[in-house]
Amino acid sequence: MTESVPAPATPSQDAKSFADHLRAIEFDARMIGMIAALAVIWLGFNWLSGGAFLTPRNLWNLSVQTASVAVMACGMVLVIVTRNIDLSVGSMLGFVGMVTGLVQAQLLPGLLGFEHPATWLLSILAAVALGGLIGLFQGALIAYLAIPSFIVTLGGLLVWRGGAWWVTQGQTIAPMDSRFRPLGGGIEGAIGTSASWAIGLVICALIVAGIAFARRRRKRYGFALRPLWAEIVLAALACGTVVGAVAIANSYALPAGVARRLVEAKGGTWPEGGLTIGHGLAVPVLLALAVGVAMSFLARRLRFGRYVFSIGGNPEAAQLSGVNTRKVLMLVYGLMGMLVGIAACISTARLNAATNSAGQLDELYVIAAAVIGGTSLAGGVGTIAGAMLGALVMQSLQSGMVLIGVDTPLQNIVVGIVLVLAVWLDGLYRKRLG
Amino acid sequence: MDMTTPLVEMREISIAFGGIKAVDHASVDLHAGEVVGLLGHNGAGKSTLIKILSGAYRADAGEIRIAGEPVAISSPRDAKRHGIETIYQTLALADNVDAAANIFLGRELLTAWGTLDDSAMEAETRKVMGRLNPHFRRFKEPVKALSGGQRQSVAIARAIYFNARVLIMDEPTAALGPAETKQVADLILELKKQGIGIFLISHDLHDVFDLADRVSVMKNGKVVGSAHVRDVTQDEVLGMIISGKCPPGAVAGPGALRS
Ligand SMILES: Nc1ncnc2c1ncn2[C@@H]1O[C@H](COP(=O)(O)OP(=O)(O)O)[C@@H](O)[C@H]1O
Ligand SMILES: [Mg+2]
Repeated sequence: MTESVPAPATPSQDAKSFADHLRAIEFDARMIGMIAALAVIWLGFNWLSGGAFLTPRNLWNLSVQTASVAVMACGMVLVIVTRNIDLSVGSMLGFVGMVTGLVQAQLLPGLLGFEHPATWLLSILAAVALGGLIGLFQGALIAYLAIPSFIVTLGGLLVWRGGAWWVTQGQTIAPMDSRFRPLGGGIEGAIGTSASWAIGLVICALIVAGIAFARRRRKRYGFALRPLWAEIVLAALACGTVVGAVAIANSYALPAGVARRLVEAKGGTWPEGGLTIGHGLAVPVLLALAVGVAMSFLARRLRFGRYVFSIGGNPEAAQLSGVNTRKVLMLVYGLMGMLVGIAACISTARLNAATNSAGQLDELYVIAAAVIGGTSLAGGVGTIAGAMLGALVMQSLQSGMVLIGVDTPLQNIVVGIVLVLAVWLDGLYRKRLG
Repeated sequence: MDMTTPLVEMREISIAFGGIKAVDHASVDLHAGEVVGLLGHNGAGKSTLIKILSGAYRADAGEIRIAGEPVAISSPRDAKRHGIETIYQTLALADNVDAAANIFLGRELLTAWGTLDDSAMEAETRKVMGRLNPHFRRFKEPVKALSGGQRQSVAIARAIYFNARVLIMDEPTAALGPAETKQVADLILELKKQGIGIFLISHDLHDVFDLADRVSVMKNGKVVGSAHVRDVTQDEVLGMIISGKCPPGAVAGPGALRS
């Protein structure tokens, strides 16, 4: 069946609009728009701050601060695509973070001893499992008992925030396991320059292989191909971005004292005039990217993702086609919960403490990131990459305003206005595209 | 009457929605290679009756037999497993995904890795659409961007692609122009020749008389009567639809007007 070659596509025979043409070669104009908006924000803040925004230090911190919301935004895309919402993620993050802190600081040391090498992994697994279970539970209420998701997760917002307090009667748990802390970034969460280059090169190789593989498939079926120059430009841009990001992360120097200890720990001697050693990429950023790739794969290449989108487009049609819509919806919430678990680990590790107020207002940032990233609240439309970019846009705005000394109330006002503006512009764009 | 075992028998089917008896002790049957027209006013219960056969609704009472065997159809999947495919009146398309995704929804083609084989699905879609709508080119676009006729072709393609034994067509030509309607008529005759049984629901009495072997008329959820098209005139069938009066050439059902 896969050997047969159908009539080749002949787009040139039809009068096609420019947008049709872009779509035929699977070119995402919307994504380009978002990247342009991000560039404007970055350049604007750089100008306003007298060049302090586009520094390795600031960009590195920006990437680390984005990680937690970006991870959750990946799940929120799927939730919103199914025409639902999850208002509970911030509170869930607080609760899961507290339980994880307790597991890590009291339960596991009691069982395995302090600073056991498995503690960090068991903590992460516990967080993901707990988040997943909470998500499945909320998802079951929504899917099988047909309680509106707005209500279930509004309840969750209150319940899990209260729960976060109950875990320790409000006490903060600190410090975290030393092997767990790198998850939060910071100096111990930077993987170093050589490892960063290695990872960067692997990513570039995967990008090129992916583009080549997709092209070969389309050729085999005789479908319209992107012009070769477009593929090459695309690959060059993607690889250039990766290499650029690694170069920036590597050029952010470790503090001299840390660098010196590092050198001496390896048995080297600290040279007279000092030495600069770069941070390299941060663990939470790599984690967020891995989550983004995995979720994109799930959304676009797996049956499950196809079901999620078809449910968003027309729940009745999905059901009549034999899709178990309730199960899919419940699993979407389970997945959302697992991602909250990962985000809880990142936040807890970054603070080096579990506090019951962690994740406050995160639900709003996560939803805003997804929506700014092009996820339609009407359902059926959204991309993981867009949501991650949306998270980066939101964090850039906030970091930039902090950098130029805008106080918190005004920050909130600006973020709110930008959110509304972005959704309005997106609506205009969609209408023009038809 | 045909004495062989019918491909599909729906016996004494009833369903109510909050007190409204949408279908009330309705019985219809269908043989292989036969086209049965289901007629009746808006709200007569035609769509509801066939949705019970396609697994969208579960009957409150009654029995469904496939090739003489009683079967339980409690979901669209069950119906499809029995080779029953449906073109719904509402088309039931997911507007946000393309034609291939709709045609293969719930029955995706997968690669050896277990991932969606979009290229294979697109290739198959080009084949089946080439047969139904040779000028169709918009394979990459969400079906929301398609014209009414194109959308209808996608819904028809989805039903015929999977080698149905029984095809249910609920107002399949409602959104079509004359040329496309003719195409669907030709398709029905071709499928009939292949031995597929077809329930054809239509407003257009002429269409039904041209294509169907038998007609069943519904009114207020009840079957007024069933007849071979050669045994009744169009006027008589119109009378069945409007007043529920069953002519001598037809077998009266529970909904027939008693004189
Ligand atoms: N899901 C439903 N809920 C409530 N009432 C329904 C539902 N589906 C159909 N009905 C009612 O059942 C009756 C038959 O409708 P339908 O089968 O669509 O008629 P037809 O297809 O013959 O026009 C109508 O009165 C309609 O309002
Ligand atoms: Mg109807």
